[in-house]
Amino acid sequence: MDIPTLVVHLLNALLYASVMFLIAGGLSLIYGVMRIVNLAHGNLYAFGAYVSAWAVGRALGTATEASLWMYALLPTGAVAAALLGAVLEPTLLRPLYRRAEEYQLLITFGLLLILEDVMRFVWGPYPLQASALYEALGSLTIGDSIYPTYNLVVVAVGGIAAAGLWAFVYRTSFGVVLRATSQNMRMASALGVNVNRVYVQAFTLGCFMAGLGGAVIMPQQGAVLGMGVDALILAFVVVVIGGLGSLEGALIGALMVGIVREAGITFFPEIELAVLYLMAAVVLFIRPAGILGRA
Amino acid sequence: MDLLKTTQLSKSFGDTHAVDHVDFTVAAGEVLALIGSNGAGKTTLINLISGLIPPDSGRIDFQGADITRASIHHKIELGIARSFQLVNLFDQLTVQDNVTLAIFSREGRTRRLFSLADADTAVRDEAVVVLKQFGLDGRAGAPAGGLSQGERKLLDVAVAYALRPKLLFLDEPTSGVSTREKAPIMDIITQVVRSGGITAVIVEHDMDVVFTYCPRIVAMHQGSILADGTPDQIRSNAQVTANMLGTQTA
Amino acid sequence: MSAVGAAPRRMLAWSAPVLAALIVLPFLVPPWQTVLLSYGLVLAIAALGFNLLLGYTGLLSFGHSAYFGVGAYAVAFIVKYAKLESMEAFLLGGIVASGFVAALFGLLCVRYTKIFFGILTMALSQVLWSLAFKFFWVTGGSDGLRVPTPTLLGGLVRVGGDKQDFLSRGYYFYVLAVFVVAVAVMWVIVHSPFGKALQAIRDNETRAEFVGVQVWHYRWVAFVISGIFTGLAGALWVPLNGLTTPDILHWTFSGKMVFFTVLGGFQTFFGPVIGAIIFNYLENWAVGYTVYWQMVLGVVLVVLVLALPAGIVGTVKRMKVKAA
Repeated sequence: MDIPTLVVHLLNALLYASVMFLIAGGLSLIYGVMRIVNLAHGNLYAFGAYVSAWAVGRALGTATEASLWMYALLPTGAVAAALLGAVLEPTLLRPLYRRAEEYQLLITFGLLLILEDVMRFVWGPYPLQASALYEALGSLTIGDSIYPTYNLVVVAVGGIAAAGLWAFVYRTSFGVVLRATSQNMRMASALGVNVNRVYVQAFTLGCFMAGLGGAVIMPQQGAVLGMGVDALILAFVVVVIGGLGSLEGALIGALMVGIVREAGITFFPEIELAVLYLMAAVVLFIRPAGILGRA
Repeated sequence: MDLLKTTQLSKSFGDTHAVDHVDFTVAAGEVLALIGSNGAGKTTLINLISGLIPPDSGRIDFQGADITRASIHHKIELGIARSFQLVNLFDQLTVQDNVTLAIFSREGRTRRLFSLADADTAVRDEAVVVLKQFGLDGRAGAPAGGLSQGERKLLDVAVAYALRPKLLFLDEPTSGVSTREKAPIMDIITQVVRSGGITAVIVEHDMDVVFTYCPRIVAMHQGSILADGTPDQIRSNAQVTANMLGTQTA
Repeated sequence: MSAVGAAPRRMLAWSAPVLAALIVLPFLVPPWQTVLLSYGLVLAIAALGFNLLLGYTGLLSFGHSAYFGVGAYAVAFIVKYAKLESMEAFLLGGIVASGFVAALFGLLCVRYTKIFFGILTMALSQVLWSLAFKFFWVTGGSDGLRVPTPTLLGGLVRVGGDKQDFLSRGYYFYVLAVFVVAVAVMWVIVHSPFGKALQAIRDNETRAEFVGVQVWHYRWVAFVISGIFTGLAGALWVPLNGLTTPDILHWTFSGKMVFFTVLGGFQTFFGPVIGAIIFNYLENWAVGYTVYWQMVLGVVLVVLVLALPAGIVGTVKRMKVKAA
């Protein structure tokens, strides 16, 4: 394999890893702070994709060429997902913190079902596309291949998100509060931290990340029903590898999943999904908490 | 031969030496207290011996056999049982069922899928006897979660006792219970232990309880055994009084 | 009154009239109603299996569609490859196949915590679902596989000419009989020492270990039994449906099982059975009304969790206790 082809494969892997990091990172962040797993997390990713697809669709109208300012509409998906999260946490999740874990899973599962049909209701059963946005940035030539420039944007977004999140969690005062609450909620509360507010903020941030993942990949993949659950299961593979509750783990897991998937598709297109599950199964056997997970 | 012997048993959590090269022996039939301030290593020692956590180094022998790496299940089969500091019961099962479960498990009958548990009169009768010994027979049909703290502590011990162990670890059997209730609980426990010929190691903070009920006291401090002797010996041990008892003793 | 006799006697007391009603029903209502109830009884058997894990062992699976589907496809394969049409062969095949898959999946799943367990079960059933599409030359892909009406009791009972007639008489009684046996067997299992051990594991995993119950082993056995009951249901379902498709392997079907178990109340023995039967009627009615069926399920589930965590049967029980 020559260098340019390798570069293309690497970029594809990073593309996938970027999106997976956004989704799985959000899931891990929420779990790390609040110890809950939102089964509807994938649907927030889907919601982000749908909202931005809709916004861009409205802006495009019947035009076939996209103007550059339309890219600014993409974050609407992330914001919408964040707002949805900010509403959901206090209403549906907070009442259940004291109850057995099953109820949490049940209610977020109910939420998953509701969101699936809400998206079907609002946007119909057919996929929404915004491929004009995907094509408008043109393409690069790498060796003999033509590579869409937009893919680099996604990789960049993923990288910036990772860096930004790291800075946020480790360099800001809110990040300190976040980490304190995640390590010892009671202690943080005793020290005057408003735990309820931290929870809703953490949840909103996690949903923002998921929505951003959906928004940023939407030009390439469109918004399609069922993408939420597929994403949830893949995010699960990432956190199994990287550990639930660890942002670094989500990053490493996302990178590994991206690389393995790209390698899998290239050499064995048939068993792509199976390779990922196999990887997750192997990790679960060896180290149930994941590579960087907290028990 | 000692019933239980640990040799240079060690466990660290990060930089903390929770149990630091401990040599600890227990003879059959003894009733001894394990005392020490919080963090001294008492519960960790029990966790190591009972199999909840693996030791970093050292050796545990039970009736002459090496059980250092044995599974919890195996240790129970050999005759080691424990109760818990923070009560661990099957809250949704009845008081009686908590005990019958231990008996079924001991007899190997938990593997039976196609017989009715309630139909086993032998097990049921034994459970009733155990409950009577612990003064809980009046609450037999109540869900374990609904009992008072004192009753729960007793049930916690009763479940371990129902396994008919040779060696029973009692982790703070009177903690969280009012002073008034402590003596009756300890009376029941020592009565049961003595009549059953069970060797008991009791972790306790309440020195009145310790001095009254335990002919041998082992004091731990920062992962090591500080002193080991009769109540009088312990009371007059300067290091123990300095670290644990305060300078005024009863 | 001894504790031994009370529970079985009570159960027999009010199950006898219910059973009588079920037996007499086909002669009182139009055939399509009987067939509809057959579907309900089939789902009830699946619910029994599902709740062994949830209510009695404390494990919430989001992937039980896997075993239902395996049971159904096993029947389809028996028709397609072994050319057999005996219902007994179908049931045996369904049980063996689903038991095998449950044993395999269970080895991986039961070692893990509740959240990982849930998503792992969901992921595994999705793998099966995607395999049903990938190996379309075996499974018929999205078209699925047709299954003709079977012969019952080793050929004694056959469909005459009218399939509806067969389904609403002979087949219905067959399903009812299997249902009664399934209820009896599960009832004994949950009231056995093994069943008590499962409940102990549910209540306090650590203490269960310290009482000598090897937790993951018992969970695995419960997982396999649960899978077998659900697979049995799948095998019974296919002749009713005439066809098996990948839909029943999809997570949405698992979701329905979760839903009707919670609806009926997973903390009681009969709750899931009642929930399954009620759900069957609910679905049949609602599908005619709205295509946003998942949303209805989701909303009811949320309401159940927030307001009625004990489900229908559980709440009725509580009200009875309060009134007493």
